[in-house]
Amino acid sequence: MKLPPLDYIRPVTLAEAIAILAAHGGDAKAIAGGQSLMPLLAFRLAAPELLVDIGRLPGLRHIDISVEGVDLGALVTWRDIERDARLTYAHPLLAAAIAHVAHYQIRNRGTVGGSLAHADPAAEMPGIAITCDALITVVGPNGTRMVPANEFCLGGLSTVLEFDELVTNVRLPPWKQNRRWAFEEFARRRGDFALAGVAAFYDIDQNGTMRDPHVGVIGVGDRPMRLSVVENLLEGKSLDAGLILQAAALARDAVDPTDDIHAEAAYRRDMVGVLLERVLARAGNIVLMEAA
Amino acid sequence: MNNVSQLLVGHPVERMEDARFLSGSGLFVDDLERDGMLHAAILRSSIAHADIVSIDTSAALRMPGVHAVITAADIGGEIPVIPLRLAPLPEFEPFRQPVIAADKVRYVGEPIAVVVADSRAIAEDALEAIDVQFEALSAVTGRGATEDALFACADDNVSLRYSAGFGDADAAFANADYVRTERFSVQRHTALPMETRGLLAEWDSSSARLIVTGATKVTFYNRRALAKMLDLGQDDIDLIEIDVGGGFGVRGEFYPEDFLIPFAARKLARPVKWIEDRREHLMAINHSRDVACELSIACRSDGTMLGLRGAVFSDMGAYIRTNGGVVPAKAAQFLPGPYRIPNVSVSVETFMTSKTPVGTYRGPGRFEANFFRERLIDMVALDLGIDVAEIRRKNLITEAELPYPIDGLVPYEGPTSYDTGNYVEVFERALLEIGWRDKCHLQGRLIDGVRHGIGLGCFVESGGAGPKENAALTLERDGSLTIAVGSSVLGQGLETVLGQIAADTLSIPFDRIRVLHGSTTLLDEGFGTYHSRAVVMGGSAVLDAAKKLREKILEQAANHLGRPNSELTIADQHVVAANGASVSLAALATEQVLSADGTFANTTRTYSYGTHAAHVTVDPRTGRVEILDYVAVEDVGRAINPAIVHGQAIGAIVQGLGGVFFDHLVYDEEAQLLNASLADYLVPTASDFPRLRAVTLELRPSLTNPLGAKGAGEGGIVAVAAATANAVAAALTPLGVEIHHLPLTPPRLWRLIKDARDRTPTAA
Ligand SMILES: Cc1cc2nc3c(=O)[nH]c(=O)nc-3n(C[C@H](O)[C@H](O)[C@H](O)COP(=O)(O)OP(=O)(O)OC[C@H]3O[C@@H](n4cnc5c(N)ncnc54)[C@H](O)[C@@H]3O)c2cc1C
Repeated sequence: MKLPPLDYIRPVTLAEAIAILAAHGGDAKAIAGGQSLMPLLAFRLAAPELLVDIGRLPGLRHIDISVEGVDLGALVTWRDIERDARLTYAHPLLAAAIAHVAHYQIRNRGTVGGSLAHADPAAEMPGIAITCDALITVVGPNGTRMVPANEFCLGGLSTVLEFDELVTNVRLPPWKQNRRWAFEEFARRRGDFALAGVAAFYDIDQNGTMRDPHVGVIGVGDRPMRLSVVENLLEGKSLDAGLILQAAALARDAVDPTDDIHAEAAYRRDMVGVLLERVLARAGNIVLMEAA
Repeated sequence: MNNVSQLLVGHPVERMEDARFLSGSGLFVDDLERDGMLHAAILRSSIAHADIVSIDTSAALRMPGVHAVITAADIGGEIPVIPLRLAPLPEFEPFRQPVIAADKVRYVGEPIAVVVADSRAIAEDALEAIDVQFEALSAVTGRGATEDALFACADDNVSLRYSAGFGDADAAFANADYVRTERFSVQRHTALPMETRGLLAEWDSSSARLIVTGATKVTFYNRRALAKMLDLGQDDIDLIEIDVGGGFGVRGEFYPEDFLIPFAARKLARPVKWIEDRREHLMAINHSRDVACELSIACRSDGTMLGLRGAVFSDMGAYIRTNGGVVPAKAAQFLPGPYRIPNVSVSVETFMTSKTPVGTYRGPGRFEANFFRERLIDMVALDLGIDVAEIRRKNLITEAELPYPIDGLVPYEGPTSYDTGNYVEVFERALLEIGWRDKCHLQGRLIDGVRHGIGLGCFVESGGAGPKENAALTLERDGSLTIAVGSSVLGQGLETVLGQIAADTLSIPFDRIRVLHGSTTLLDEGFGTYHSRAVVMGGSAVLDAAKKLREKILEQAANHLGRPNSELTIADQHVVAANGASVSLAALATEQVLSADGTFANTTRTYSYGTHAAHVTVDPRTGRVEILDYVAVEDVGRAINPAIVHGQAIGAIVQGLGGVFFDHLVYDEEAQLLNASLADYLVPTASDFPRLRAVTLELRPSLTNPLGAKGAGEGGIVAVAAATANAVAAALTPLGVEIHHLPLTPPRLWRLIKDARDRTPTAA
């Protein structure tokens, strides 16, 4: 489990980093926290000729909270998010979801940009980005482009990023006052990647009905996804136990997980329903009599 | 003064090895560096069952930094095979493993070539350049005949079958009021020492001597085996034991690498180091468990047990390694457990598959047997409408019945009897600890979305395997004491325990004692650490040596002080006479060599015993199990160091819970190991099971050894699956769920609940 032979460079500016990536035409790979890339190298599932360490590029480790929303620089670590007390108000869903990521050692190193670029279908950050309609800033040799989160992931561990592009920022739209939300995931052990996870939030209008519901799931397909059928069901209604069960049934049908060594597909499908019930019940403060 | 209050045995003395480990000054194999040292990496078969057509190493050999690529062709002559260390049955001989594959591979991970290079990284690069052509054969993944048998001598892939027993089980079953038969299984999993295996082999050409560092467990045996394979005299080889980061049964047996790395060092006349990486570890270390059982019980309608029949089926993997058939043999032997069952018949079938070979792992066979039997007992209790505690109480062997013979359950072992104990008292203590009376009304109850269950598991557990152990004690010139012992230290605190025993006998302060262990350089002969034997055997040998040394010291002091031995005591590093005259130990040792050899021989096993109790909740919608309370109560005869015994017990419970919920070596239908990494092979971590308790009792000392000790390292694991699975089953009984198979993963429990519901749509 030693790394394949490779070279290493640590550029000091973003432009330099991108130039190096571009010059190596796909044989170079950026490394940030290394928490996903290093295992791939150790197993020799990836063998780039050059590692471009972007870990010390300036200006990419900010957490900015403004009327525009919450901006997370690509080099923000899970620990940075956990330690930023402002986020429990400015984006409680983000804070709650990131609390489930991995263990201390990994949380100290793993980054927002690395997680988005790695695009693990069970990872929390891409899931939250999609659930919240985040906007991802991508910089390449030809300048900057803004990619909506739901267009960013293309499938299992693959994204729209070109080999010479880097994520620099992700912007989560502003979190509204009095928003109802919850996040639940099911993992075998604390810190493991989730077998399934559900994030949901909605606002309440003056009639007590749900507005603009967002429901996202992780771990049950080749990428995180939104459950628009469920969102459509919830929109404009007021939440009650019956609606929750209906939503859960729709959610089960909307996902298409596969079997793997950790769980059969039917389990993950059912967990989406169970977790959605729990998420909506928590968000709406509704006591469900669970059939058990 | 040898006054009782100062005795160390029986007290939770701080471990003498802790300061070294906690300050990072332990010395493990990978810490060793030598001038001119090379690094080895092993090409392992990527395919489960195949004929090897050709191996082309030329490209690898041409790579800069590569010194050698060793294949079967380079070994010359007959390829050595790994010997059967325990119970060497002739039936197993054709199934022994060659140390390197010559023309056939039988499991993913089997060594095909060894690359020796300037660094491990270069060696791994070279592995990728070796071209092996295979002709694939069909993989063997389960019991029964296959298209391509693994061995020409066994069309049905079966390596051993036997039956054994006592009483008349057929008659018991024919006449019983009640009979039930169920099939159970425990999944393939194994130990996961923090430190993977590693060896440093050094060949001294001028003296034609070999030194292998990183050996452990059974160093003297392994030296004999290696000497034979390398055609060297035993005295030409030293096996050195330094710090070891965990053994649990799997580490220290003779593996292919134990030949290959020394062979490479001799061939190149350079020091060669090999450190197993975690992926290798998971496919190369002995796997274990993987036992299925069809178990039948015959009872009176009042729950009195009359007969037990068990058929044990054991997936041995591709070869029979050093441990032979210990796993299935012990699974069969311990089926009756601590119960009075007059008629028992067992059978064992070991079959070969194209998976990693199987060996012993902490509590071999017992973990499985207790799970099978204790599960079945709960099913019986439910059928007969008897409380699960009551049915156990009624059938536990009473003290008056001890010693209780269990002869004949292992055909190739002599008679043996459960020795001393009070099984019922320990059982009642476990009920008290878990709060059985107050909690049993919770069984199966749904509270806040989770169902509660409390489960029990009783066990007996053998330890203290013979034949003997040796120790040598030396009083050094500075008055300190050196203990050399043939037992191995694998991180279990043995240095401290042996130090306590010697300190008490010789009245020498604990911090003036040094323990040397395991290495073949220390003694002429040693027997090692397995079968919970190190304290029973090694400890008793140290005691013997310490008594002899004390006599020698006093005798010599008597000459000095002109007083008879009987008036002398050892205190404050001096021998003091009743009249106040004294002479220092250092002075005595400077005058004359003061040392003594001790030995302890015994082939009678000790039987510790106990009861585990678990209180769990199960989320019936997700299958998540939470341990609310867990208590293991065990009588170990005598706890030399209660803190160490407690740590052993807690660690063993956690390890057992791993076997219940997480650890699982998953193979696909091509016999590919699917989870050879810690990303996918799950083990318990520090936060998974925070609420565990262990109660160690010293009710009935062992009569087999002067310490009164019984094995204490395995009782914590052997009943974990039994108690925990019973608790989970109790929680889910109202849903019509029965538990037969491990591991109890959330998806599996979810599936069981769903299937039970689908059968009876109206179930609550
Ligand atoms: C034991 C363990 C448990 C884990 N559990 C979880 C978990 O529960 N949930 C979870 O979400 N994650 C988990 N992770 C993954 C962890 O969060 C990673 O840190 C994260 O996925 C990747 O971030 P990184 O900075 O380490 O990226 P790296 O490993 O450095 O890089 C990953 C990939 O992203 C690319 N990359 C990195 N930064 C950028 C950038 N700015 N722009 C473009 N490409 C970039 C790299 O080239 C590489 O391909 C776990 C990891 C481990 C080892």
